[in-house]
Amino acid sequence: MANQSYHNTGRLSRFIVRQDRIRIPVWIISLSVLTFMVAMAFTDLYPTGLERQTIAETMKNPAMTAMVGKGYGLDDYTNGAMMAHQMLLLTAMAVGIMSILLVIRHTRADEEDGRIEMIRSLPAGRLANLYATISVSFGTNALIAIIMGFGLYALRIESMDLEGSLMYGAALGATGIFFSAITALFAQLTESARGTIGYSITVLLLSYLIRAIGDVSNETLSWFSPLGWVLSSEVYVNNYWWPIILTIGAAIILVALSLYLNAIRDLEAGFIPAKPGRKYASSFLKSPLGLALRLQRTGLIAWAAGMFILGASYGSVLGDLESFFTKNEMMAELLTPVEGYSLTEQFLTMLMSVIAMICTIPPLMAMLKLKGEEKKNHTEHLLSRAVSRTRLMGSYLIISVIGGFLMLALADIGLWAVGNSVMDEGVAFGTIFSAAMVYLPAMWIMIGIAVLFTGFAPKLSGLTWLYLTYSILVVYLGGMLQFPEWMAKLTPFGHIPKIPVDDMDFMKVFMLTILAILLLAAGFLGYNKRDIRG
Amino acid sequence: MSVLKTTDLTKKFGKFTALNGVNIEVNKGEVFGFIGPNGAGKSTTIRVLLGILKATDGEAKIFGKDAWEDAVEIHKRIAYVPGDVNLWPNLTGGEVIDLFVELRGTNNKSRREELIKKFDLDPSKKCGTYSKGNRQKVALIAAFSSDADLYILDEPTSGLDPLMERVFQECVMNAKNEGKSILLSSHILSEVERLCDKVGIIRQGQIIETGTLDELRHLTRTSLLVETKQPIPALGNVNGIRDIVMKDQALSFQVDTDELDNVMKYISQFGIVKLESAPPTLEDLFMSHYEGERKTSDSGAGGAL
Repeated sequence: MANQSYHNTGRLSRFIVRQDRIRIPVWIISLSVLTFMVAMAFTDLYPTGLERQTIAETMKNPAMTAMVGKGYGLDDYTNGAMMAHQMLLLTAMAVGIMSILLVIRHTRADEEDGRIEMIRSLPAGRLANLYATISVSFGTNALIAIIMGFGLYALRIESMDLEGSLMYGAALGATGIFFSAITALFAQLTESARGTIGYSITVLLLSYLIRAIGDVSNETLSWFSPLGWVLSSEVYVNNYWWPIILTIGAAIILVALSLYLNAIRDLEAGFIPAKPGRKYASSFLKSPLGLALRLQRTGLIAWAAGMFILGASYGSVLGDLESFFTKNEMMAELLTPVEGYSLTEQFLTMLMSVIAMICTIPPLMAMLKLKGEEKKNHTEHLLSRAVSRTRLMGSYLIISVIGGFLMLALADIGLWAVGNSVMDEGVAFGTIFSAAMVYLPAMWIMIGIAVLFTGFAPKLSGLTWLYLTYSILVVYLGGMLQFPEWMAKLTPFGHIPKIPVDDMDFMKVFMLTILAILLLAAGFLGYNKRDIRG
Repeated sequence: MSVLKTTDLTKKFGKFTALNGVNIEVNKGEVFGFIGPNGAGKSTTIRVLLGILKATDGEAKIFGKDAWEDAVEIHKRIAYVPGDVNLWPNLTGGEVIDLFVELRGTNNKSRREELIKKFDLDPSKKCGTYSKGNRQKVALIAAFSSDADLYILDEPTSGLDPLMERVFQECVMNAKNEGKSILLSSHILSEVERLCDKVGIIRQGQIIETGTLDELRHLTRTSLLVETKQPIPALGNVNGIRDIVMKDQALSFQVDTDELDNVMKYISQFGIVKLESAPPTLEDLFMSHYEGERKTSDSGAGGAL
């Protein structure tokens, strides 16, 4: 009996909604609030057509096209066109990630942990769980589409009409629906939740990459990416509905396929055979350092790529900077001209402090991983063998310090390479490089604070993040919001000389380095003296 | 020769006293059973011995060295299996075994393969997919494939099936026969009874009983089942007899070991038809301490036992 397969789908759907009653609203609210805020901020920042046209000029370069997609309506860059151009793709990616996580949680992850087995033993149909999960995910995305659509329209921004706004929402919802379907399919194909998440995220990233290459070089290529379909709806400019319908249609086919595969497979089995892992450890792995690196490998590579892209995206705006600053009052407030230096060079110093602070995130994560490992009772395996605490903590410190340097260097190379390609007169690599590297002592102090917390009060180590957040806020917004000088001096980043505008202050940098070393030494001392939890 | 020795070991977490003057001693070639209810302080003692926790007071020495100061030197010669084995979900079992063996400094590949086969583990699977028992196997294989002088095993068999438990017991006996020492904390009393030469019972952070199994048995009672030609009068009034139960024609009761001689003289007057005696099991010993504790805490009469 075919309909028996779906028995109790409704009840399971409600059960899934009950489990995610916090998660789903948090995603929906944060995505829509972010979207509404950006839409309003755009109208405040660029009130006139002239200013928007200036922005449109800065967008006309391959780096920007690769990052946010092809601009439609660049000749008449209305608020709507700007919103769709700069925000739609990235928000769509976020919706895609939300959908992937939602579907995995209730399909393969539940199955792997044996929860589906319990549901199957109850009077629930064979396909009920998958069907319920897909329904909830589709429903969530439909809700996003409606809230975004009517919400954007309700902002009453000129050029953001009802049809365009509804389409903006629909484009996001369609992306979510498509990636829900993709994930549902991989949940049938692979045997583990890790595998499902890996394949689904890979498809998402590949879609982005294929579209990026396609948008820059070959339009046909973009048609191989679902994200390319969504963007080709040309929201707020031409409002083509058919790419949205195409995306949803493709999703429905994928859902049908995954339901079919679910029906013919055994519980906890998959179609892609799980490939056996290594039977022996490579000689690289057999040390605390190798282990620490192996555990963080994927994360560090992702961050490294992210930092390069961050640098590149900042670099891509350098070309039109001068005209941009002279034409926009708000931006001009950020910078007070200094005699003898171009606006670009001044802007660079601000960029560098922001880049340096963002590049501090991965080394802090690497250092605080040690505390996470202790919480999971993993460090006792090492410390109960011939590994000293100094060696263990040192391994994480090495990764943190070298990682931090690499992040900063990559962001720097990205900035320089792209920046030079768009500027009429480039900036020497040496200048940009030293402007970035001078921030290393500040980064070391942040690492030192993380080490200090790990050594004495691991429970409080979260405060390191608070301190970094404070630094970013003060340095980034301090200029615009006219914060008093001493607030910037409370963070190590506020003490670094702003090369090339400031002169190099070796004494100051040296003192900061000494402070970092003291923090590290104290942290190691504490770690050698305290009880280890596990 | 003493391999492991603690003297008045005390550990406080804030105001809570987890260990209150623990004294245990493990000699060379000895299997020491460490038993006690949950939360009694077994794992805390072991973690102090491993130099992961720092003792508040007292001394913990392994191979004559201080467990805290010389942790790394000591660890080169010991192997440890935690009770709750948490592994890295994205590494395979084989990788973790190799890592663990390497970190101790010695490698014994032939024994690794033999143990993987014996424990029936698939080393190519990621630890994230392992059950509790399989994670324990990983830790056990890593421990027994290293050539250690002292094995510290904290409830190592709680997730193993009976077949694997037997393999584990073989490993312990082999190690013992090679003159190694073993500290075995366990809940499975039959296992301790089978493997251990000496036993220490810990309760609320204090060792309340320690010695060989025989010594401990002397302190307690023997169970008797007696059938006599004539009924035994006033048995309940005889010193040292408890828990009298009628079983068909026979009587079953417990006798304090030091009164056994008198009791036998008394009942033999009535013509013994059948006599069965059983030494107290470790479980009896354990329960007598544990129930004693519950009774005293119920009545609030204080900890005299």
